[in-house]
Amino acid sequence: MSTTNPPLPELEIDPRLYRHLADAQVNVELDTGDMILNLGPQHPATHGTLRLVVRLDGERVMSADPVIGYMHRGYEKLTEFRTYPQVTTLINRIDWLSSFANEVPFIDAAEQLMGIEAPPRAQYIRTILTELSRIATFLLFLGEMGLQVGALTPAFYGFRDREHILNLIEAATGGRFHPNFNRIGGLKDDLPWGWINDTRTAMKTVFDACDTFEDLVAGNEIFEARTRSIGIIPPEVGTSYGVSGSNLRASGVDWDLRRDGKPYLAYPEIDFRVWTHPDGDSFARYWVRLQETREAARMVLQLLDKLPSGKIMAKVPLIIKVPEGEIWAETENPLGQMGYYVISRGATGPFRVKIRSASFSNVSILPWLLRGVFVPDVITILGSLYFILGDIDR
Amino acid sequence: MLAIDIGWGTTLAIKTLVILMLVPTGALILGYTFLLKVMSHMQSRLGPMDPGGFHGWFQLIGDGIKFIQKEDLTPAEADRRVFAFAPAVVVISTFLVFLVIPAGPDIVVKDLDVGVFYALAVSSLSVIGVLMAGWASANKFALLGALRAAAQLIAYELPLLLAVVGVVVQAGTMSLQGIVSAQSHNSIFGWNGIGFPLVLTQVVGFVLFLIASQAELTQTPFDMPVAESELVAGYMVEYTGFRFLFFFIGEFGTAFAFAAISATLFLGGWALPASWGISVGVMRFLGPGVLFAKIMGVAFLMFWVRFTYPRLREDQLQALAWKFLIPIGLANILLTGTLKVAF
Repeated sequence: MSTTNPPLPELEIDPRLYRHLADAQVNVELDTGDMILNLGPQHPATHGTLRLVVRLDGERVMSADPVIGYMHRGYEKLTEFRTYPQVTTLINRIDWLSSFANEVPFIDAAEQLMGIEAPPRAQYIRTILTELSRIATFLLFLGEMGLQVGALTPAFYGFRDREHILNLIEAATGGRFHPNFNRIGGLKDDLPWGWINDTRTAMKTVFDACDTFEDLVAGNEIFEARTRSIGIIPPEVGTSYGVSGSNLRASGVDWDLRRDGKPYLAYPEIDFRVWTHPDGDSFARYWVRLQETREAARMVLQLLDKLPSGKIMAKVPLIIKVPEGEIWAETENPLGQMGYYVISRGATGPFRVKIRSASFSNVSILPWLLRGVFVPDVITILGSLYFILGDIDR
Repeated sequence: MLAIDIGWGTTLAIKTLVILMLVPTGALILGYTFLLKVMSHMQSRLGPMDPGGFHGWFQLIGDGIKFIQKEDLTPAEADRRVFAFAPAVVVISTFLVFLVIPAGPDIVVKDLDVGVFYALAVSSLSVIGVLMAGWASANKFALLGALRAAAQLIAYELPLLLAVVGVVVQAGTMSLQGIVSAQSHNSIFGWNGIGFPLVLTQVVGFVLFLIASQAELTQTPFDMPVAESELVAGYMVEYTGFRFLFFFIGEFGTAFAFAAISATLFLGGWALPASWGISVGVMRFLGPGVLFAKIMGVAFLMFWVRFTYPRLREDQLQALAWKFLIPIGLANILLTGTLKVAF
């Protein structure tokens, strides 16, 4: 990928806007000037502390600048003062909705540096939990997207259905949000008794929930009117900004690290479909996530069928020291491509960790994407990009 | 008007008191029933269950007490007088609507000859209060919300009126009492078992009226003026405490008023069919109950939509009003007039 971005495509400006500008030039008194509107850092639509400085002409956005950093917690620096097992506690809190998925690439990096491989059962359980956290994240999105366009009820359904998944994660790991369950070389515990059957039952409710959302939100005419052809990301612009995950697949780019990346976890051993949508608008992003939720539930059922028996922990030394080296490990997280560049100098903790989080890159497209849209569409686009503030600021 | 002559002064005092009580009570009833209970049920939650014992009936009153205790904040750059007066304007327009709504054979403050016209005219006074609030708050979100509200209320005033014209043509009067008695006494091709509620012939008008009143009330799917995910709370964003409570009462009181108007215009109001032979004396007591039941029915429809649909965008809202609702309303009037002449 080239280091410089390609030139921005010319933005189509509504002719009405030209007329307005021409009027303003002729008759100076009519020039009302632009209004600067501060969306955030405390604004209900940014679910966190993203601040958007929006220049408005009437209700039309002339320019938008995201201001980030209100939630910066310095995790990259903090990792330098922790041992490897302690780091997972920190990175749990990057993308707090799918914390289990955050642990996987880091543990992967450490295991590769040490030359350890987790036993197959541990790999399968990791895959199951990663997909469960994907479902939990997306169920919340499916409901919350309704809230962003003004329907209150789906948000509650989203929270209600996510609860089943969180209960499962809690039953297996002991933590609802921050499991901290991965160990270098395997997992902390085996699955509890009866968990597999519970999961099978819960997957049924996930399918039901997806049907509900397809019916209630995606099938609603007003929702379609609000999201269709709003915030279109063309594939080449998306890739040039580093947009990844479902946002990029909604633009028609058939790219999924679970299938196309370096093989990790149990993904090479199961069948799954990578969903794409050609439109690239907000509706496409909703639709793709809806399909991926179903796909994830199917994957969980497959994994449960294939779950091997055996140990869940490989042989690891009592004090973990990672040999010198550098490594890049990346995975397909619910929000997109998540990666860690780990540099080790042979100590008990990493020398330097660079975290590549999906939301940071996904949000970087906002100034390009928000030019020329209306204020309500700003919210639709923010909602459909689906970022987590912890994932942006780290 | 009352059976016993107690002098106009006392009558006036009683009427004023009843109207003053009616708006907050109606707002409370709608707020409790729909906002707290029906909405919770639709969203598979319980809603408040503890305050007061039975299903948390005390919750809204408790909320009211909380609002009264809150500090009354005025932004430093606000236009103080306008800011303070705006909520009152909103509530006053709600009070004025109730003056003409009949709840029984003679339970009405003043049965105007142009009752329908009056009710719809004063109900749109609230937009002045909304604009005042938005402008005086010295807040950009509030200003955007107020301008949206103004544009929206002006656009939807027209379909609202057009929807009512059909009823007026069929009933042959603009007095609300006249419309009620017409629906009670008329018959459907000679069969007078249920009178002739105008919703039977004015289905289009009824639906138009509900849609337009939804927009007038700034409820979902037309709640852009208060869109909480975009404008936080629109024109109400700077209001706290008692003044915010005023807006709340105004919102639900107006919902009650619009439900009452549509119940009166389309569902027969307080009256039961004349053929059932219930005497006027009994209807004095029964009327308010009948009207209340119909109001709750209409309000359920309104709030059901509110809790289900997402929000339209401002331009889509305007397109809906001017491209669809108004032409349909005009066609409805044309059809009604033609049939009225034909039969």
